[in-house]
Amino acid sequence: MLDVRGLKKVYEGPGRRVEAVRDLTFTVAAGELVCLVGPSGCGKTTLLKCVGGLLEPTAGEVFLAGRRVAGPPPGMAFVFQEYGRSLFPWMRVGANVELPLRQKGLGRARRGELVADALASVGLADAAGAYPWQLSGGMQQRVAIARALAYEPEVLLMDEPFAAVDAQTRADLEDLVRALWRERGITVLFVTHDIDEAVYLGQRVIVLSASPTVVQEQLRVDLPDGRDQVHTRVAPRFAELRTRVYEQIQAAKRSAAGAPLKEPRRADAPPPH
Amino acid sequence: MRGANAALGAAGLAAFLALGEAVPRLGLVGEEYFPPTSRIADALGTEAADGTFWTALGDTLTGWALGLAVAVCAGIVVGVLLSVVPYLREATASTIEFLRPIPSVALIPLAVLLYGTELRSVLLLVVYASFWQVLIQVLYGVRDVDPVAEETARSYGLGTWARIRYVLWPTALPYVMTGVRLAAAVALILAVTAELVVGAPGLGARIAVAQTSQAVPEMYALIVVTGLLGLLINVGARAVERRALAWHQSVRGEVAV
Amino acid sequence: MRRLLRRLVFALALPVVLVAVWWVSSSGSEDVYWPPLRTIVSAFPDVWTGERWRGDVLPSVLRLAAGYLLAGVAGVALGTLIGSYRRVRAVCEPVLEFLRAVPPPVLVPVIMLFAGIGDTMKIVVIASGCVWPVLLNTVEGVRAVDTVTAETARSYGITGAARLRHVVLPSASPQVFAGLRQALSVGIILMVISEMFAASNGLGFTVVQFQRSFAIPDMWTGILLLGLLGFVLSVLFQLVERRALGWYHGLRAAARRSR
Repeated sequence: MLDVRGLKKVYEGPGRRVEAVRDLTFTVAAGELVCLVGPSGCGKTTLLKCVGGLLEPTAGEVFLAGRRVAGPPPGMAFVFQEYGRSLFPWMRVGANVELPLRQKGLGRARRGELVADALASVGLADAAGAYPWQLSGGMQQRVAIARALAYEPEVLLMDEPFAAVDAQTRADLEDLVRALWRERGITVLFVTHDIDEAVYLGQRVIVLSASPTVVQEQLRVDLPDGRDQVHTRVAPRFAELRTRVYEQIQAAKRSAAGAPLKEPRRADAPPPH
Repeated sequence: MRGANAALGAAGLAAFLALGEAVPRLGLVGEEYFPPTSRIADALGTEAADGTFWTALGDTLTGWALGLAVAVCAGIVVGVLLSVVPYLREATASTIEFLRPIPSVALIPLAVLLYGTELRSVLLLVVYASFWQVLIQVLYGVRDVDPVAEETARSYGLGTWARIRYVLWPTALPYVMTGVRLAAAVALILAVTAELVVGAPGLGARIAVAQTSQAVPEMYALIVVTGLLGLLINVGARAVERRALAWHQSVRGEVAV
Repeated sequence: MRRLLRRLVFALALPVVLVAVWWVSSSGSEDVYWPPLRTIVSAFPDVWTGERWRGDVLPSVLRLAAGYLLAGVAGVALGTLIGSYRRVRAVCEPVLEFLRAVPPPVLVPVIMLFAGIGDTMKIVVIASGCVWPVLLNTVEGVRAVDTVTAETARSYGITGAARLRHVVLPSASPQVFAGLRQALSVGIILMVISEMFAASNGLGFTVVQFQRSFAIPDMWTGILLLGLLGFVLSVLFQLVERRALGWYHGLRAAARRSR
């Protein structure tokens, strides 16, 4: 479904050149839920924006269902970390979800159906008339997810969507994503810096190296499909997988620190510790 | 990046001046209405060589500076007083809301009757108009005082004066500077207006004379001077604002009034 | 109920006191320039008859409305254009900074050259003075569209006219309104001044006529009426603003609560 080949992204500024992503190749099969995890500042957001057509890669290509991505394709929906800035505060929740559908040229009746269905499936059927800023952070991110669902994408891209909500809301939202994915069979590419989250959510975890980024390792998560916060997280296999990912990330950091490169990193990414 | 922007800006300015030259030369607009840039520049040169022009400039600046100084002092004192004395802010809110939007030019006939073409006419208008700019910003600034800081100061037994000095004033200062910047621009507008309409000596009066004597290029040259003056005041006020706030972690957004 | 009463008392107390002080202190006034308030108030209905409202107040307000509307439309349109393109902005910036800095009243003699002394002149004067705050604020607002907001719009294929209508203009609207508010006070100033300069009717014209003919109480009624007009227009503006920017005030209040 999603095919990333030799992706490279270099930021050229005046008098400086930052290689954020060096060479990334991976695929995501139709209906798969893949988590991308890597050390902070490793260009995860850059990568996802290239995949989503929001950034032009310096080299390499992204294919969505066999078509080359150049600019945001209609078959993809993006969920941003900053829900407060991604939802339009001047529109009510219903209008926020509906706007992309109007742009798609759907009829009024169909739009109403999709909006109601999407809001219901994130548990916000009653919130259509509220403004986003009247809702809590977790609810706002649910609205953003509903907007993505209503868009009926083939692939859902999620960029650290739960990094800004509290721990309990986060657990609820993780279960929501799993449930929606199983229900609707959409392909999900989920970026996070949280190892537990990656293992809990994913069918497969792709571990990225420190910047300049390459794929450090790919890992199948052979946990059962029916997961829940209480049992899955204490399962021995979960602990093993988590340890494995953790070791990989530590190794990635070490090799970056050992490399004779001058700290290349994104200007807007937090500095590595 | 900045260099490129400056170059683009210079190009824009050059294009603007060239357009001002070309439009009348090509006969798109009569030269008697709209003299070409070069003729305005000539007139500007003549003005600069004329002593009375400099006197007029000095008069305008005097009216502006005096009026602004009075308005700023009054605005700060009244603003702090209204905020510190209990209930005063609440009691004066409706009066301020009523007086503030009254256009200062409504006072022109009164100024003419009372003071004629004296400097005081100019001052009346300038002070009235710019006082509100300062006062409103001071009131916003004081409202922004962190209640925790205020309670901390109280709990350590700081008196009213010390609280004003160490809590209220530093918080309000960014807003005060914004008020001063806005007031400086308004004060120039009103100073020139008073001279133009009332006839008090200054650049405005000179423009009126140029207009009645059909000296069109001179009129444009004087208008350019008022524009440059306004530009200098804006740039200067912004520089002062930035300097005064250099210690402040965030230069706050200005309150739209 | 008690809170409402309290607010009413606070709102009315000082104005009542001030008017009373004016009334009492001026009651025996012999000074020709400061006639008793009683005289001014009793002169008001005699001066501002239905005919004056039709012949002076209405034309003034209509000219103001026309000029202001023109400036609003032109300012938002040009501001959106300039704000959307970084290069255009860089080219225009110094010129705009200069044009904005020119005190608007000096435009009156210039525009009289082109447009004579009729209604056109006044409308053009008002429009060309009001346009700058609107234009420059719109440029700022359009420029400052949030990056995540912009990327969200792009990722959902919201481009072109829809982007302008649903994303850029709403996002810039708080700034645009700040500009419109500044423009309103400039507009009133220019309305009065253009009529003081050259006119055969209008509020500014009439008030100056009273002053020149030493009809002092009548002049005072004119000043009061101008003040009232400024106040009423400002209230109207606030009503419109509160409606149009309801979301913005809510958002700000929500941000303050969570701070």
